[in-house]
Amino acid sequence: MSLPLIKDTARRRPLAFLWPLPPVYPWGRLGIGALVVLAIGIVAGGIGAVFIPPWTLVNIVADRLTGVSVSNDWPDSWETIVWRLRMPRIVLTALVGAALGISGATYQGLFRNPLADPYLIGVASGAGLGATIVLLTAVPLFYVGFSVLPLAAFVGGMLAVSVAYGIAKRSGGVELITLILAGVAIASLAGAVTSLLIIRANPDVRPLLGWLFGGFIGASWNDVLTILPYVIVGSLIMMAYSRILNMLQADEHEAKQMGVNVERTKLLLIATASLTTAAAVSVSGLIGFVGLIAPHAVRLVWGHDHRSLLPMSMLVGAGFLVLADIVARTAASPTELPVGVVTAFCGAPFFLYLLRKRGRAGK
Amino acid sequence: MNGVAALSVTDVRLAYGVTEVLKGISLEVRHGEMLGLVGPNGAGKSTLLNVVSGVLRPASGQVCVDGEALNELSTKERARRVAVVAQNPAVPPGFSSLDVVLMGRNPHLGLLQWESSTDIDVCKRAMELTGTWEFAERPVASLSGGERQRVFIARALAQQTDLLLLDEPTAHLDIGYQATMLDMVSTIRNEAGVTVVAAMHDLSLAAQYCDRIAALHNGVVVALGTPTEVLTEAVVSAAFGAEVTVITHPDDGTPVVLPRRKKALPKTED
Repeated sequence: MSLPLIKDTARRRPLAFLWPLPPVYPWGRLGIGALVVLAIGIVAGGIGAVFIPPWTLVNIVADRLTGVSVSNDWPDSWETIVWRLRMPRIVLTALVGAALGISGATYQGLFRNPLADPYLIGVASGAGLGATIVLLTAVPLFYVGFSVLPLAAFVGGMLAVSVAYGIAKRSGGVELITLILAGVAIASLAGAVTSLLIIRANPDVRPLLGWLFGGFIGASWNDVLTILPYVIVGSLIMMAYSRILNMLQADEHEAKQMGVNVERTKLLLIATASLTTAAAVSVSGLIGFVGLIAPHAVRLVWGHDHRSLLPMSMLVGAGFLVLADIVARTAASPTELPVGVVTAFCGAPFFLYLLRKRGRAGK
Repeated sequence: MNGVAALSVTDVRLAYGVTEVLKGISLEVRHGEMLGLVGPNGAGKSTLLNVVSGVLRPASGQVCVDGEALNELSTKERARRVAVVAQNPAVPPGFSSLDVVLMGRNPHLGLLQWESSTDIDVCKRAMELTGTWEFAERPVASLSGGERQRVFIARALAQQTDLLLLDEPTAHLDIGYQATMLDMVSTIRNEAGVTVVAAMHDLSLAAQYCDRIAALHNGVVVALGTPTEVLTEAVVSAAFGAEVTVITHPDDGTPVVLPRRKKALPKTED
């Protein structure tokens, strides 16, 4: 993370010699980050039971995307592996990582709480309950060809957040601490109902556990298309509010005195971040640590400005989750580990390292 | 100076629950004036400032800034007319002084608009006026209390409002810094041409720096006028319930309010 290319200089706004340039968007940092994520994706596409060299992989993808083939010297099976199995999985993983990264950064900024993650106010537990109901009860898993599971998870997650928001809503606005507490209570309640359903269910709860731990087994282009609009629109809205998020770091009253419509901002950002998270969770299950750790890593390396924090958290979240998924696929081959277990295994120590590093910097 | 008051507050009432904090406050502030709000703790000074800045909505009554009713303005429009320096402004972690002052430009920016070089110029001027430009790039969290206070005044100035509200600008500052701070506020008032309303605890300082003083007690204005008119032994003892002596400052003839012991010094027995 400390490549001299990526690491910004200590002065985020080099006044001395660039004066009087306005604050610049971190295009360089973002471009390099995007290239790194792309490289990780290409490497990830090559790794598996069959190794495919990066150049061939790029050729196959280019062939599928443009219809123009440079050379065609690969077996047909490779094309199937790349285009039907690995690419949708990698793209979906990156999208989910990006969604969790930016939602986590937004929640942490909005709640002014470094421990906030996208699951803070009940999205995850609500989604888990929704998925459990579908998987363990008599609800049909498929309805006119569509899988009901993501929909149930999405609805469950949004319901949980809405209830928490409704409870915290006062005439004067939403009190964030009440929202967090309500979210925690609702999460416990949803978790309890989930446990109850699991205990009362028929013995085979493995598909459910697989979903609850999170993973990308059987990812398809359909999943990608399902969540793509949410991730794109959600991220754009969150990034549009990045300057306002900076102002909310001080105090709600002061932000209001500086012309921020605080209540409208809170409602919009909570709704957007929750929708984006719920969309991600609905196709991936519950993957912890990405939404917590990506923004922290970015903040420690590139500072607190949300204008760079939000897009960089997307890239770091995407890169991290794709790497974790490589481990999930290959570490215990031929079986797979749940990717949520891998993120916790890598994420927790890395997080501790970052905390330690910050402690040493002497802040 | 067009006859319309910079700020006019008419019969403003406000209650927290059943406790009435403002019981019909009326006052007018002229353009370019510095008005001091004095009164005991809980008299309603901060509440009144919060009403004028739009954070609190009065139960009844009207607040007009330069003739415009405050409740008809959007949050952003209000922030282009009234700027506030809180008593204890929150310090956002990880932001430089310039970052913080730039936040004051928000009322002049659209949602998708970022600060232009014009905005930076405005902030630079505000920071030069407050003597904070030299640490523009240092994190606010690393500054001393007085330096921070000046950064937040610069942020309020960056809003380019005609009306500046200060809540206890000299709280937590030592006696030397108090005078420096208020001298700076006077300079700003003259150079930037703003009207200042400041809640003040120190009556003698208020007398030295304010054109007029409004004394609040129990949610009403009990006296309003020049420092000499307002800061009499009668008014101060009625509003604060304190025994005081008022003498005249040898420099400028403003009243100086001295506290008096309520109990005589106990005689030490040998």
